[in-house]
Order: sequence, then C-alpha cells, then structure tokens
Amino acid sequence: MDHIVDTMPGRTDQTRVPNGQEFIRATRKSARAAGITLFDINDPRQGIVHVVSPELGIALPGLTLVCPDSHTGTIGGLGALAWGIGSTEAEHALATQTLIVRRPRQTRVRFDGSLRLGVTAKDLILHLIGRYGADGGAGSAIEFAGEAIRQLPVEGRLTLCNMAVEFGAWTGIVAPDDSTIEYVRGRPYAPEGTAWDSAITAWGALKTDETAHFDAEIAVEVGGLAPQVSWGTSLQHIAATDGVVPSLDEAEDRHAKEAMERAQQYMGLTPGQRLRDVPINAAFIGSCTNARLSDLREAAGVLKGRKVSSGIRALCVPGSSTVKRAAEAEGLDTVFRDAGFEWRESGCSLCFYAGGEGFKPGDRVISSTNRNFEGRQGPGTRTHLASPVTVAASAILGHIGSVADLR
Amino acid sequence: MTNDGVFRGIAAPLLRINIDTDAIIPSREMKHVSKSGLAQGLFANWRYLNPGARDPNPDFVLNQAPFDRASILLAGANFGCGSSREHAVWALREWGIRAIIAPSFGSIFASNCLNNGLLPVRLDEDSVEVIAASVMEDPLGNQVTVDLGSRSIHFADRTWYFEIGEREQQMLLRGLSPIALTLESADLIDEFEAGDAKRRPWAIR
Ligand code: SF4
Repeated sequence: MDHIVDTMPGRTDQTRVPNGQEFIRATRKSARAAGITLFDINDPRQGIVHVVSPELGIALPGLTLVCPDSHTGTIGGLGALAWGIGSTEAEHALATQTLIVRRPRQTRVRFDGSLRLGVTAKDLILHLIGRYGADGGAGSAIEFAGEAIRQLPVEGRLTLCNMAVEFGAWTGIVAPDDSTIEYVRGRPYAPEGTAWDSAITAWGALKTDETAHFDAEIAVEVGGLAPQVSWGTSLQHIAATDGVVPSLDEAEDRHAKEAMERAQQYMGLTPGQRLRDVPINAAFIGSCTNARLSDLREAAGVLKGRKVSSGIRALCVPGSSTVKRAAEAEGLDTVFRDAGFEWRESGCSLCFYAGGEGFKPGDRVISSTNRNFEGRQGPGTRTHLASPVTVAASAILGHIGSVADLR
Repeated sequence: MTNDGVFRGIAAPLLRINIDTDAIIPSREMKHVSKSGLAQGLFANWRYLNPGARDPNPDFVLNQAPFDRASILLAGANFGCGSSREHAVWALREWGIRAIIAPSFGSIFASNCLNNGLLPVRLDEDSVEVIAASVMEDPLGNQVTVDLGSRSIHFADRTWYFEIGEREQQMLLRGLSPIALTLESADLIDEFEAGDAKRRPWAIR
C-alpha cells in the first residue's frame, strides 16, 4: 500500500483520496483471494513498492521484474531488468508469467570522474536530463556506467535508475558489483546457504562485454558538477542552484521554446532571474526517488542544529516503514522535528496529488521527488526538484539554494 | 475501424511536446476501480476553466467544433510520457480517439494503447506539422485516413508508412486477447520455467 494511503500519524483505511477506502478494501480482498502477500497499512514491511522490494531482498540482481508503475526501473540499480507496465500488461504477466517485449535500443551513459561533496545521484540524473532532454533516452535500455557509478552506493544507484523513465528511457540498469552483493546479503527474502553461493556466482557474470555494441553512447564528466534544481515543468528544465532561469533563446526549437514559455508562466519566473533569489514556502523530502535511509541521513546532517525558515511548511515522509523505524532508531526523527519538519508515516504522500492531500495553488515547493509536471503536487502548485540535501538547505534558507549557501 | 482496418476521421492538433499522462488525465479524475467513466476527466486541467465546475475552456482544441468530434489526435514528441496509468488510454478511447499521430511516445503509454485498440502512429515531426497546418485550415475537408492493414496514413495526396509489430497489428485487426494469444505457447513457458528453476535456484521462492 503506497499511493493511496494517508501518511498522517494514526492513519487508518480512511484516506483523503476520493474513493481511496474502496480501493484499499478491494485490493485487500483480491490479494487474499489470490493468495498474494500484501504489505498492508499496518504491516511493518509497508512502504513505497520501489523502496520495499530492494530493502526486503525481493528484488535481486539478474531478475526480471515488472510492476504497473512507471518508476519500476528503480530496481535496475541492483542490476535487475525491471520496467513499468500498464494494468493490462500486468494482467498478462500474472496470467502467463511472461510479457512480449521488443528488444529496446541500447544506450550506455558513462559518468566519468568523482562527485564533489554534497553532489548526489539526484544531481547526476537531473543534469543528464537537463542536458539531453526529457526524451533523450528515447525508449532505450540505459546502462549507467563509469567511475562515478562504481563509487555510488546502491541506494544512489536506485535513485539514478528511478529517474531513467524521466529521461524517456524504457529502463535503466547498473551492473552489480561487490557493493550490490553486500547490499543484498542477509535481507529477509534474499537467498541463503547454497542458493546464496550460486547467486553470487551468477551475479558476478552480469557485466557488459568489452566488445559490446551500444546504439548510442553518452559520456558526462562529473567532477565539476554543482547541485542541480528544476526551474520549470518538464524534467529538461534544469539548472544549477546558483544558476538562472534560462532565456527563451536557449531553446533548441520552436516546441521547446513554447514549452519553456508556458513553464515560466506557470512557475511565475522570468528569464534571467537568479534561482537563488526564488523564495519557497514548502519543502518535501519523500518518494521512491529519495526517501531511503541514506537520503534521510544526508538531509538530517544538514538540518542538525538548524531551523527551517519561518513560514515554510516542511515534511519528511520516509520511503518505507522499515526506513522510518531505522531512522527513528538513529534519532533522525528528532533532528527533523527539531528543525521544524513534520515526521510522517510512509507512503507516496505529497509526491503526487490525487484529490486528497496536496499543496495549495501557488505554493512553491522544493521537493526530493521525481516529477515537476503542472499540478503534480497539487492544482497550481509549483515544484522544484532537487536532492534531499538541497531540499534541506533550501528549507533553512527560505529560498532555493545549496548546502554551500548555508555557510 | 472497418474489418480491413481502415478508418477516416477528423484530426485535432495538440502539438505540445512532452504531454504527460497526468495532463491526459489528472489522478484526481481516476476515481473508481473501473475502466469507464473516464472521458469526463480527459485533459481536465486544460479542457475546463475550472476543473471542479467543468466550465469548458473555449481555447482548448477539443472544445472547438468540429474538433470536438475528432477521432485522431496530432501531438508533439514524447506524447504520454510520465505515469504508467492506463486510465490515460481508456479516457482517450472513451472520448472517441482511435489513433494518435506523434513523432514519439512514452513507451509504457504506447504499449497501453496497443492493448486497448488505440493506434499509436509514429511519424516525423515535419509531417505531423504539415498535416496539422492543413487540418487547421479545413478540418472537415482535410480528414486523415488510417489504414492499419497496409500500415499507412493517407492525407491529401500523400501517403506515409508507419511501423507496427506483426503481433500488435494482428491483435488490433482481429481484436484478439493478448493473454489467449500467449497461452497458445503455454508448453514453451512451462518448459522454460522448469529449466529456469534448475539453472537459477536462487531466483525462485
Ligand atoms: S513515490 Fe511518487 S513517483 Fe514514487 S511510486 Fe509513489 S507516486 Fe510514484
């Protein structure tokens, strides 16, 4: 249970999403009838599907996974082949254990160099989409490779692959390595004993041949990369936090220009405006992109001993109940609360608006989520996407800004 | 569509790029656990001045005659990107759209279309614009013909060919159920699964 549940403390089946209760009950009933384990509202394993499946060891390297949600590619961060499907395809997969898929185009994106301190997987993917466009991945399976990826912890790889779909990709994938194996080891559903031994042998073979041919290759040097933020309503509307809202002349064609113009109107921004001068009135840390334990730790590191700027509504919604408990065990909830954040139960929450809880028209939210579409977080709400550390820093500053601006 | 897969209809131009499924149907419009009743919510944010009260926005193309009877949509690149919600396709279908012509589509959206008898036609941007320009001049006179059998579109005196997989083409033409079609190969699936359980004991639980 993720999209439909409320995340207020003390929640029940009653959700603010219209007809949500009907949906929850129907799901529960169908799961029981079909003998499917449901991580229900009060189950300690409950959470956002793309957070839960890796953390429980249900998703493993080398598996093929589908789920009727567009961010299923997240699991590619473990080296699984995973992609989002529609509900008719989900029915087909359940009924036949198969899906017929045309071999996608294959693209390799190499991130060379090492990330600077305070620059994260989220900044990598925002930068990539900003530079090559929201359909730059054009239906392909993308392997993320290179030095920066090898250095990236598994949770960062999940963040990266989570947003491959925002790049227009069919899915994203990272070859499993020792960090992947260490990540999976000992998780509740992970293989054990001899099955574990044969698993790690099999996973060791999951890498691209040196002679492999890709339909397209992209190389990005990341050493100089600064924290990124979205300024508009498409994922290709990206700039550095110390950058400016671009001029319409920078658009590559007429359509992109029109889209930029609409976006600037919707976002209430003007070309040339410095993003650092843009005040925010809400901050959201949550979602399948950036609400794992490492994300909360990094954000808490920024928030510790500081306070959210006055007039800002700030929320933290852990990606799963498991993440929430682990964070509480480390005292992160206290850091968030002391800084002025609400501390919620796990779920999709304000990552998207479905007629239930949402931000208000005109609200300007800095958000660790993955989509900045018009109305995504509430009718008329303006979303700026960024990493959890940048969200935390902006919440303290009261305007868009990075950790470096705090000093 | 006739039995030979040919139909002719009014084409409505909506040439924005990156039209996502949230725009095609906002989440709040997906109220029930059902595939029907969604046409009302189609493009709700753009189609109504006030989504609550449902006052039509006269500037939105699908509110303008004769585009309010369109069966073909001309769209910008990356149409249907974003959320996997199949409701986007159900809403378009129920409203009356039978084919969408665009330079590219969100990949889940394109599969969802094919599973619901909606034809996604990929056509280069210049051609989409040529069609859109003539359609704007005379929507009734300049109708578009889609011929699924020969995988082509006819417009004025021009013909364009588009790609569609053999299986998908047959599914649409003959109205076949994808599950029934796959289960014709049930033996192969069983055989694979038995072998896989031996090859990858760690993958099965
Ligand atoms: S957290 Fe947001 S993006 Fe992720 S599954 Fe939920 S609604 Fe979708």
